[in-house]
Amino acid sequence: MTARAFLVRGLLAGLLAGFATFFVAHQVGEPHVETAIALEEAGSSDHTHAADADESSTGHTHAEDGTVVSRFDQRTWGLLTGSVAIGVALGGIVALVAAGVAGRIRSLSLRQSTAVVATIGFVAVALVPFLKYPATPPAVGNADTIGARTGEYFGFLLVSVVAAVLATALAVRLVRQVGAYAGVVIGIATYLVVMVVAGQVFPTVNEIGDFPADVLWYFRRASIITLATMWGVLGVLLVGFLGRLADQETATARRRELAASL
Amino acid sequence: MSQTAAAPVTGATAPTPIPLRELAPWAIFFGLLGLLVIFFVSADQGAISIPSGTAIHEWVHDGRHLLGYPCH
Repeated sequence: MTARAFLVRGLLAGLLAGFATFFVAHQVGEPHVETAIALEEAGSSDHTHAADADESSTGHTHAEDGTVVSRFDQRTWGLLTGSVAIGVALGGIVALVAAGVAGRIRSLSLRQSTAVVATIGFVAVALVPFLKYPATPPAVGNADTIGARTGEYFGFLLVSVVAAVLATALAVRLVRQVGAYAGVVIGIATYLVVMVVAGQVFPTVNEIGDFPADVLWYFRRASIITLATMWGVLGVLLVGFLGRLADQETATARRRELAASL
Repeated sequence: MSQTAAAPVTGATAPTPIPLRELAPWAIFFGLLGLLVIFFVSADQGAISIPSGTAIHEWVHDGRHLLGYPCH
């Protein structure tokens, strides 16, 4: 097996995951984005007309100033672009990580080690950052704090990924010394302790104001469903594609052995 | 007896690891490329703008919100 074989399958799995993510986000998430934008526009009409200059200087745009992209384009082609780009990029990265750990996690088969990578990836890259800094709909979030919030989000994401990699390496090492049960439990517990502490240390963001709680919950539920679709489809397809590859490699090796023995 | 039972050929055994020397250039180049793509979709023209303007931000706006990235 070569790096190329992994990468090609990862890019394909990521492309298909991107399309699935677009479909789910469009069907499940967009109604709540539309509700939030309607609320935002209803709210902004009260007080921002008096402060037009102020509004344009914040760079907070919804097809009203700056570059105009229609709502139709944002929720169809724009959403598709974002979903597919993220899907292909994640697919490539996850496949290369799977290539790196193949045959290096004890006696796990290629299917098993790839499933471990995809599962840890979902938890460390999507789920845990979401629990600390959940997605916010349009109309929530102060444009003046976008710099700080971006830094905090990606900082927390980086801590989560590094902690997951180190905890996994620790678990693989411990499994050899103290057995699979204790090794895996200690590895997972280490990651959880690090992330709970990091979650306490990183600043809290609360810019929700009087945004309706039901719309916020529907939007966030749709967002985590979207993220789960991305990682779920990517993981399932990559395990399937790489599993077939492993089967072919095994069959070829057996035929060679048989031919050599004749 | 054992030969007939072993008929299904599967990749259930641990694969041979790919040497890290062989994997490294692929991982570095495509890892950086992937991170760059994720940057443009997730964060560009929010906190940092390359290029300036709002076209990329507006185009991927809904994906940025629904995929959980800080948007505005």
